[in-house]
Amino acid sequence: MFESLSDRLSKVFAKLTGRGALSEADVTEALREVRLALLEADVALSVVKDFVARVKERAVGQEVVKSVSPGQMVVKIVHDELIATLGAEGVELNLAAVPPAVILMVGLQGSGKTTTSGKLAVRLKKDRKKVLLASLDVYRPAAQQQLEILARQAEVGALPIVMGEMPVAIARRALDVGRKEGYDVVVLDTAGRLHIDAELMAEVAAVRDVAKPVETLLVADAMTGQDAVTLAREFNEKVGVTGIVLTRVDGDSRGGAALSMRAVTGRPIKFLGMGEKLDALEPFHPDRLAGRILGMGDVVSLVEKAMETVDQDEAERLAKRMEKGKFDLNDMLSQFRQVEKMGDLKGILGMLPGMGKMADQLKDAKIDNKVMGRQKAIILSMTPGERRNPDLIKASRKKRIAAGSGVSIQDVNKLLKQYQQMADMMKKVGKLGQKGLMRHGLGGLMPPGGGFGGGKRFGR
Amino acid sequence: MSKKGFFGRLLGGGAAADAEPAPAPVPAPETEASWFARMKGGLSKSSSRLTQGLTDLFTKRKLDDEALEELEELLITADLGVATAGRVTRRLAKSRFGEDIDADEIKAALAEEITAILAPVARPLAPDFSRKPHVVLVVGVNGSGKTTTIGKLAKHYRDQGRTVLLAAGDTFRAAAVEQLKVWGERTGCPVIARDTGADAAGLVFDALAQAQAEGADLLFIDTAGRLQNKTDLMDELKKVVRVIKKNDESAPHDVLLVLDATVGQNAHSQVEVFKEMVSVTGLVLTKLDGTARGGVLVALAEKFGLPVHAIGVGEQAGDLRPFAAAGFARSLVGLE
Repeated sequence: MFESLSDRLSKVFAKLTGRGALSEADVTEALREVRLALLEADVALSVVKDFVARVKERAVGQEVVKSVSPGQMVVKIVHDELIATLGAEGVELNLAAVPPAVILMVGLQGSGKTTTSGKLAVRLKKDRKKVLLASLDVYRPAAQQQLEILARQAEVGALPIVMGEMPVAIARRALDVGRKEGYDVVVLDTAGRLHIDAELMAEVAAVRDVAKPVETLLVADAMTGQDAVTLAREFNEKVGVTGIVLTRVDGDSRGGAALSMRAVTGRPIKFLGMGEKLDALEPFHPDRLAGRILGMGDVVSLVEKAMETVDQDEAERLAKRMEKGKFDLNDMLSQFRQVEKMGDLKGILGMLPGMGKMADQLKDAKIDNKVMGRQKAIILSMTPGERRNPDLIKASRKKRIAAGSGVSIQDVNKLLKQYQQMADMMKKVGKLGQKGLMRHGLGGLMPPGGGFGGGKRFGR
Repeated sequence: MSKKGFFGRLLGGGAAADAEPAPAPVPAPETEASWFARMKGGLSKSSSRLTQGLTDLFTKRKLDDEALEELEELLITADLGVATAGRVTRRLAKSRFGEDIDADEIKAALAEEITAILAPVARPLAPDFSRKPHVVLVVGVNGSGKTTTIGKLAKHYRDQGRTVLLAAGDTFRAAAVEQLKVWGERTGCPVIARDTGADAAGLVFDALAQAQAEGADLLFIDTAGRLQNKTDLMDELKKVVRVIKKNDESAPHDVLLVLDATVGQNAHSQVEVFKEMVSVTGLVLTKLDGTARGGVLVALAEKFGLPVHAIGVGEQAGDLRPFAAAGFARSLVGLE
C-alpha cells in the first residue's frame, strides 16, 4: 500500500531533465509527496506542515550534486531534517538524585506501561542498580499482580500489594521501602488514563508531587494516529514529561507518532519497545525511525536481525563445505532452519526499501513458511544415508519418504530437483570461495527456479 | 419502547430489530444521554480541534477550493487518512460547491456524507442462542482492549439472563488470566482458565467442550494480544480456530477484532491481516471517550465493509454502546 518516498520522488523528478539548483517549483511539487508520505505515516498534520516548511527553506536553491538525482537530493534533505527533528540518540535515563531515584510511568490505557516498567527493571538491573517496582494501578483488574509477576521474572523487588490502598499512599509507601531497603531506583507504574480525565490527571499530578520523580516517561504506542499531538501535549502540560518511550515498534506501523510527540513536547525519545519479552527494550536510533517513517525500509535492523539469528558456527561450517563444493540434504535442511529462524519471509522483505511490491508478488506466489515446513518434513523422513547421498533415492525409497512425510511422490521429486539446483549453485559458489559467499549472501543460496516450492521466481 | 428512541432508530435499519426473542442489541444504555454526554464532554474538555477548526472556518463563507482544502485537512486530523478525507471532501464539493454556507450547515453536510459510508456497517452483534453455545472469538493487537470488551459484553448478556462462559485464552501475558477472572466475578460468569504459559488452543478446546456440555448460550474466548506482522503468533491464532472447528464446524460464529480508537493508519494493516488469517466478522472500536475520534473507521468501512458492532466509551462494565453511524459521524465533525 505504501510506496516508498524515493519511488514517488523519482517519479516527480523524472520530468526534470535540467540539472543545477533545485527551483522552487520543483521543490514544491516534491514536497507535496513528502507531505503525503508523512501523513500516511501518521505524523500529525500540524507537525507535517512545520516540517515541510523547514525542508522547503533548506531545499530551494540547493545545488544538486552531480552524482545524485534531484529526487535523491530531496530525500536526503528530508531525511536529515527528520533526524534532526527526532533528536539525538542514546539519551540515557537521568538517575541523578539522592537514592532512590524515582521513575514515573504515565500514558493512555493499553499503551504498554506495565510491560515497559518490567523491561526498564531488567535494563537497570544490568547496570547493577537495585530496582523496586510498584504498581499504582488500582483500577484495571489484576494490573498490580501483572507488575508483581514481571518483577519476579526480572528478579527485582516488588512492592507488596495492599488491597484498597490508593495511588498516592502506594507511592509514599514505595518511597519509604525504597529508602529503608536501599533501593537505587523505584519505578512507579500508574494506571492508564485519558489526558482529558481531569480527576485522574490530578491524581497522577499528586503522585508526582509526592514522589518527585527524576524521570517521568510517557509511554505511547507506535501505532498512535493524529491524536498523538494532543495526548503528548496534555500529558506534558499536566504532569510534565521528561522522556518518551515508544512501544510496539516491532509492529508494522510507520511510527509517525514519534515525530509528532517529539515535536510538541520537545522531550527526547528514550527507548523503543521491540517485543513482548522483557529484554526487548532498545535505545532510540533516529536514523532508523526516519527511514521507517519515510517508508524507506529499515536496512540496519534487517542486517542486525540476520546477524542475531543466523547461527555463526553453523554458517561457517556450511561455508567450509561449500568451499569444497560439497552440499548434501543435511546442509539443505540446515539452510531451511536458518531461514526459518530469521522469521517470516514477508516480514524480512518488508524491512527492505522498494520491496513493498515484491511482498505482494510473494503473496501471489504463495510462498509461505508452511511450504518450508513440508520440505523439512520430507528431508526428515529420509535415512541419514539418503541425506548424505541423495543419489540413493530411487522409486521405492521415494514412496517410503512420501508416505513418511505425508506428501505426494511429486513433492519428493520437486524437493530433490530443488536440491540438485542448489547443489549445482553451491559448486559455483565454491569456486568463488568464501568471498563469493559473503557477497551473494543467502540470496545466492536460493535455487534459481523453484524458490520455496512456490513456482514463481523468488527475487530478481 | 419510546424510551429506546435513539437506539430503536439505529437498530431500525437492520433486520435484527424485529427478530423474535427480543434480540440483543449490544449493550443498552442506562440513560440514553450518557454516551453523547460523554462524547460531548470529551470534546469540550479537549482542545476540540475539529469543532473549533470548523467553526473558525465557516462563519458564513463560500465553499471554495481553499475552504475545501481546509476541510480535508480537518478530516485528516481525525485519522480518516489522506485518501478517504479527499474523497469525502470531493463528494461534498460536488453538491455544495460555491454555496454560501455556515459552520453548522457544513458540519451537517459533512456528517451526512460520512454517515452514508458508515450506515451499512452499523450492525449490532446478533448471537444465535440456539447454537448452545454461540462462540465469539475476540482478537486484536496488544492493549487494544480485548479483555475489557469481553467483560462488558459478558455483563450485557448476563443482564439479559443469558448463560455466558468466558475462556481465558491469553495464556501469555502476565496476570491476563487473573484480569479476566475479575471480570468473571463482576459479571457472574464462570471463567475457564489454565495457568499462564499453558497451551491456548488446548484450553479453548476444553472451554468449548464445557460450554457445550453445560448448554451455555454464549462462549467468549479471550486471546493474547498480538501484532499482526508476527507470523508465528498469527499461526497460533489460526490453530485456536482449527481447534474450535474440530469441536463445532460452524464455530467461531463471530470473530471480533478489537481496535483502539487512538490508532492511526496501521488499522488498515490490522484489519487486513487479521481478516485474512482468522476471518474476522466484525469490529469493536474502544477508547472513544478520549480525544481520538477513531476516524480511520470511515476508511475501513469503505475498504472492508466489516460490520462495526459496538464502541467502548469507558472502563466500567456498562461502558459499551452500539455503534450508531449518524451519532459517530456527527461527533467526528464536532456536532452534538
